[in-house]
Amino acid sequence: MMAGTEGIMRCEDALRLLAAYLDGELDRNEHFDVERHLEACRSCYSRAEFHRLLHSRLAGLGRREPDPEFGARLAELVRHVTRGGESTPHPE
Amino acid sequence: MPGVMTKHFTDRASWFETDAERLLPDLYGAALRLARNEADAQDLVADAVGNAWTHLASLQDRGSFRGWVFRILHNCFVSRCRSSRAQATEEPYEEEGAQAFSLFERLHQPFLLWWGSNPEQEFLDKLLREDLERAVDALPENFRVVVILADLQGFSYHDIAGVLEIPIGTVRSRLARGRSLLQRALWRHAVDAGLRSAGEPDGRGGDDGRD
Repeated sequence: MMAGTEGIMRCEDALRLLAAYLDGELDRNEHFDVERHLEACRSCYSRAEFHRLLHSRLAGLGRREPDPEFGARLAELVRHVTRGGESTPHPE
Repeated sequence: MPGVMTKHFTDRASWFETDAERLLPDLYGAALRLARNEADAQDLVADAVGNAWTHLASLQDRGSFRGWVFRILHNCFVSRCRSSRAQATEEPYEEEGAQAFSLFERLHQPFLLWWGSNPEQEFLDKLLREDLERAVDALPENFRVVVILADLQGFSYHDIAGVLEIPIGTVRSRLARGRSLLQRALWRHAVDAGLRSAGEPDGRGGDDGRD
């Protein structure tokens, strides 16, 4: 753990903000402060890298190409509903 | 001017077809983790697409189409859950107060960095896609939905709040809790699969703020 280095955020503060930092949810100043801390602190950097990797594995679950049969049925459904098979929105 | 209206309508249909089809892999990916089986996930996506077209007039801004469709997908999921709620066996979880779990704390061994070994990386390398799917599927619904939207679909906290119609503070707390539970599930899987020793600590302490 690092603490007290001049101008560098403490570990406990960086870790409190780490999730929001990795999610891109911090404002510019906070983002910069966490980034500086990670550049200077091996322990927190390792932790951030672990969560980045875990997140990228999870992101890989987000997209699933429908198998050909289901894909064809879906494409057919989309065309069906837009061409009057379902009640349609009032055209503006 | 019927001709103008018809053309406008045709443009909307064409635009909807293009954008909906482009979104299908994301919708199906999310639906699989919501429904936790292929047949229900396919029905969910079909419901969402049909409802999206039916309610297209309520879409204010085409730029927000993705979030809007995911909101419909989630509403379809909630409706289906309600109809089968009598059989639901969701584990009740308090959103606050339960102790956070840090997978990193369980795995990290700083001295090994100098030895050229990285147990965290090795752990993630050994995880199969189905291990991750199982861990996500095991999350209680409220947390699973937020993890799906944030970590699988990349929505911002603000957009998730819009999709689920909940305050952004609730998004943050559910996401933190969901991630903690997810990491605990992955750890337990690692122990069960013999990837890690059962003698290592399981879930007490180690709150690192990320969980």
